[in-house]
Amino acid sequence: MRITIIGYGMAGARLADNLRGSGASITVIGAEKHPAYNRILLSNVVAGSMTPDDVLLHSPDWPRDNGIDLRLGVAAAEILPAEHRVVLTDGSTVDYDALVLATGSTPWIPPTDGLIEDGVLAPGVVAFRDLDDCRQIVNQAKDFGPVAVLGGGLLGLEAARGLAGRGCAVTVVHPVGHLMERQLDPAGGHVLARVLGAKGIEFRLGQLATKYLPGKGLLLDDGSVVAAGLVVVSAGARPSTELAEAAGLAVDRGVIIDDLLATSAPDVYAIGDCATHPGTVSGLVQPAWEQAAVLARRLTGEDIRYTGTPVVTRLKTRDVDLAAMGEVHVEPHDRDAEVVRLEDPSRGRYTKLVLRDDRVTGAIVLGAPDVAAAVTQLHDRGTPAPADRMALLLGRAMPAGETTDPGTLPASALICRCNTVDKGRLVGAWHAGARSFDALVSTTLAGTGCGGCRDSVCALSRWLAEQDPVTEPEKLGCNAT
Amino acid sequence: MPVDARVEVDTHCPYCALQCGMVVRDERAEATVAPREFPTNRGGLCQKGWTSASLLNAPGRLTTPLLREHRGAPLRPVGWTEALDYVALRLHELRDRLGPDAVGVFGGGGLTNEKAYLLGKFARVALGTSKIDYNGRFCMSSAAAAGIKAFGIDRGLPFPVADLAAADAILLVGANVAETMPPFMRHVRPAADKGGLIVVDPRRTATAEAASLHLQPAPGTDLALALGMLHAVVADGHVDHQYIAERTTGFDEVWRIAAAWWPQRVERITGVPAADQRAAVALLARARNAYVLTARGTEQHASGVATVSAWINLCLSLGLCGRAGSGFGCLTGQGNGQGGREHGQKADQLPGYRKIDDPAARSHVAGVWGIDAAELPGPGPSAYELLDSLGTANGPKALLVFGSNIVVSAPRAGHIADRLDSLELLVTSDFVLSETAAVADVVFPVTQWAEESGTMTNLEGRILLRGKAITPPVGVRSDLDVLHGLAVRLGQPAERFPVDPETAFAELGRASAGGPADYAGVSYDRLRAGEALHWPVPTADHPGTPRLFLDRFAHPGGLARFQAVDHVGPAEPPDPEFPLHATTGRVLQHYQSGAQTRRVPALMNASPEAFVEVHPDTAQRFDVQDGQWALVESRRGTVRARVRCVTTIRPDTVFLPFHFPGAQRANLLTNPALEPTSRMPEFKVCAVRLGAA
Repeated sequence: MRITIIGYGMAGARLADNLRGSGASITVIGAEKHPAYNRILLSNVVAGSMTPDDVLLHSPDWPRDNGIDLRLGVAAAEILPAEHRVVLTDGSTVDYDALVLATGSTPWIPPTDGLIEDGVLAPGVVAFRDLDDCRQIVNQAKDFGPVAVLGGGLLGLEAARGLAGRGCAVTVVHPVGHLMERQLDPAGGHVLARVLGAKGIEFRLGQLATKYLPGKGLLLDDGSVVAAGLVVVSAGARPSTELAEAAGLAVDRGVIIDDLLATSAPDVYAIGDCATHPGTVSGLVQPAWEQAAVLARRLTGEDIRYTGTPVVTRLKTRDVDLAAMGEVHVEPHDRDAEVVRLEDPSRGRYTKLVLRDDRVTGAIVLGAPDVAAAVTQLHDRGTPAPADRMALLLGRAMPAGETTDPGTLPASALICRCNTVDKGRLVGAWHAGARSFDALVSTTLAGTGCGGCRDSVCALSRWLAEQDPVTEPEKLGCNAT
Repeated sequence: MPVDARVEVDTHCPYCALQCGMVVRDERAEATVAPREFPTNRGGLCQKGWTSASLLNAPGRLTTPLLREHRGAPLRPVGWTEALDYVALRLHELRDRLGPDAVGVFGGGGLTNEKAYLLGKFARVALGTSKIDYNGRFCMSSAAAAGIKAFGIDRGLPFPVADLAAADAILLVGANVAETMPPFMRHVRPAADKGGLIVVDPRRTATAEAASLHLQPAPGTDLALALGMLHAVVADGHVDHQYIAERTTGFDEVWRIAAAWWPQRVERITGVPAADQRAAVALLARARNAYVLTARGTEQHASGVATVSAWINLCLSLGLCGRAGSGFGCLTGQGNGQGGREHGQKADQLPGYRKIDDPAARSHVAGVWGIDAAELPGPGPSAYELLDSLGTANGPKALLVFGSNIVVSAPRAGHIADRLDSLELLVTSDFVLSETAAVADVVFPVTQWAEESGTMTNLEGRILLRGKAITPPVGVRSDLDVLHGLAVRLGQPAERFPVDPETAFAELGRASAGGPADYAGVSYDRLRAGEALHWPVPTADHPGTPRLFLDRFAHPGGLARFQAVDHVGPAEPPDPEFPLHATTGRVLQHYQSGAQTRRVPALMNASPEAFVEVHPDTAQRFDVQDGQWALVESRRGTVRARVRCVTTIRPDTVFLPFHFPGAQRANLLTNPALEPTSRMPEFKVCAVRLGAA
């Protein structure tokens, strides 16, 4: 079986990995000159915590080690579905039994005057999309000049955080009134802006950039100017569908695929950002990888379907913990859903749960890492949420509610686990005459295992002594550590 | 013995691999024990240790061999000669009829080195069978295989346990030491006091309570967690590049895999917050001295070797292994779990931790045994595969069991009990009528711990002498006597199977000479003199090797090897029919199958029956009540256990201890999906449902 994959990005590389050892003859066509890299980690490169080499998905030996025909630096020019053939930009052709489109997406450049010059981005303007963009951003950020980021979505904010961490003065210009409006409600977006603001990022929300002023920055629609030597554009992406459209495949926003990941042409499939599957948000890696896994199994003969991926958005910056999933825009007083919210903007915390029939159907969790982990698993698995919603939202902030006062412990409270000695036995031993720490220890063996309860035995013996005026405290012998 | 005679013997506890130092006093015909200062326990003992003397007078102590002529007949007391003659005759007959592989042998990690050694020799030489394995396969095998892959040698702790006290940070993975080896907590408390104890466990155990950071992953997702933490090591700039360059190979390939496991992705699979993964890594990276220690929780999986490899990868990336004051180790479980895996009761091994398929190893050992190397059988099936094949067309028709209670401790225990039923002959050697002895055709009553001498190798690879402290009951003989008696009847020269432990040990030393676990320089005299001897000890004047790998790892070239491993997840994930994870483990009062501890009244009072830990939300969801009996059901069986509602467990998980017999056997549930390399069954996670009893 000859399988040809057009695109050597996150989706295409993953599919090729998943097909290793299947016996299929695999051809991968990658327009960029270097091995596939992990786009998710690009914000680490911008932040300076990883090098471009760190984010490569494959070593240069990968095609040889795995018997894969990898064509780098050449693109597909035309698909001939009837002939089961692909024509490449160098004029060569590849015949296939199955063709997979994994062409990804291309950055959308907003219609701000001057961003594009002679059909390409003007000097001082970089789209935050691929590894070369990252190299350019890192290079230009070296002089710590001010940077403007166009777009307050997930990637724009990750880039802004990375650049701020490098010491640049960063301003995010976002046309909507709050950040990450697809994943956050207004209240959540505002708390996020406050958290990021404390890290030195400035925001111009609800404002349009009308003109790029090279060397100066961006002119906004209120007439003000955001000073910037570098403009990073991160305003969204569009599925790359030109090849598919030219070949006559059905395309909506992306190439339309069904639960078999098949397009409208026979033996042509599509996965990742270039594809549109009903019920799946595109533009994220999780669906792309799950599609790759399912398609690999389908192409090797398994009858399996792809039914969508529940998407959880995580902001991948080290010091801001944000998770958003499902339906987040439900109003607190919605009649059909249960909405629970906890807002603590000055401490950078905002959590919102949307539940239906006891299941978490949407959530925003900002500034509460342990809560995010628990809520995400409830959302992914569809298991019923705990009855105490507030405890779920509080996570570790919940008071433990445990007492260590020996007087208030019940008699059954285990003091020494190693020797199964409870408070009752220690009290009994005391009244039977073991009226010192050492006597309590040698009578009950409490404290003779790991030694961890010796302080508790000590405290208990003090408490017993206080109630027992006959005892002389100095004879307790209780100076154990 | 005169009434006032008082004999006090330095020995070690009969239970776990910590082998706490204790003294046994044979006082007025009643033995007592007391702790003594020893590096592993530093004067401490847990309740099991304190009450261990009552094992010596355990109710139901066997003092005469038992035999039944046919299935269904009751076991009746017989003399030693009759029992030995009977077994030898049956073995002879089976071997003549079906060949040497018609007889299988099953050993245990609690046996002394001498017994483990002679059991392996007995199987290969007297029986000529390849079918020998032991319960250590259910215990240490994944860590052992991962250790060999990474370092070239497997020694549980390649450093003395006392070194841990100087650590700033310790990562304990799947280890509930506060219950399984309580005095061990003394070694980790200094790190805990400095805020550096990190515990990975699906339950907030007593150990996790003592930790400054508790990571609580879903069962079966530890490998993903280790990958996420390795990712954080790189992303947060903690990689020890110089160490990786000078002392390791294979990092790049490992990073390509870990690169795909950023902490937020790992959080979604494990439930461990990304921030906690990073915090744990930061604690390890910033510590001057740090250790990563694994135990059964992370090892007893169908991907156990890969999982341990992933923890080793983490440790290597931080530059911790092979340095004084830092390192990787695995906490051996059974009393002689370490020595038990070194001297030839394992299906693929010969004494000295040699491989049975290595021609040089075969000729060396055959030379010591006085046979032709060609007579030695090859590798046999692993423990579960051996048990699963019993009574089948190609499987053994007879099984000899030493030091193991497989009816309770094997995975998918109901099926294994059926396999034992299908045998023509089951022989056990035990000091009480364990659940396995109870279904045997012949039971040999043997000495235990304080009634015999023998060596044990503890969790740090230190060889210990457990001296005979009291006289065994009349009628009881040692396992070495049993092997000797059978071997002679099977036509072996008498001197080939010594009954004196010291003689056996000297021979073990010669057989191990030149192997990875080299005991050649160890003698009872050196041990009696109190020398601290960690193997290898190649010569009589060699001081032993407390710390391995300081100069080089044991691979050719001396480099440690990163292992490219990826997360796969549990073999049986929960589904709508069986929606919960079940995980199994131990409680403080019991040891392994409970064959010993369930006979100690104080321990039974404290922990009398099987329970199932359930989160209150889960109890409500499945309509079971705290304190009531419930049925826990998997695809393989149903267990009866009392519900214990606790908020310390994940709502998607239930926990059962595996010490109890009959309908309370947790192993009726467990999944025998096997690790590809170590052949370890997946004890630690299977899918179950819960309902009222």
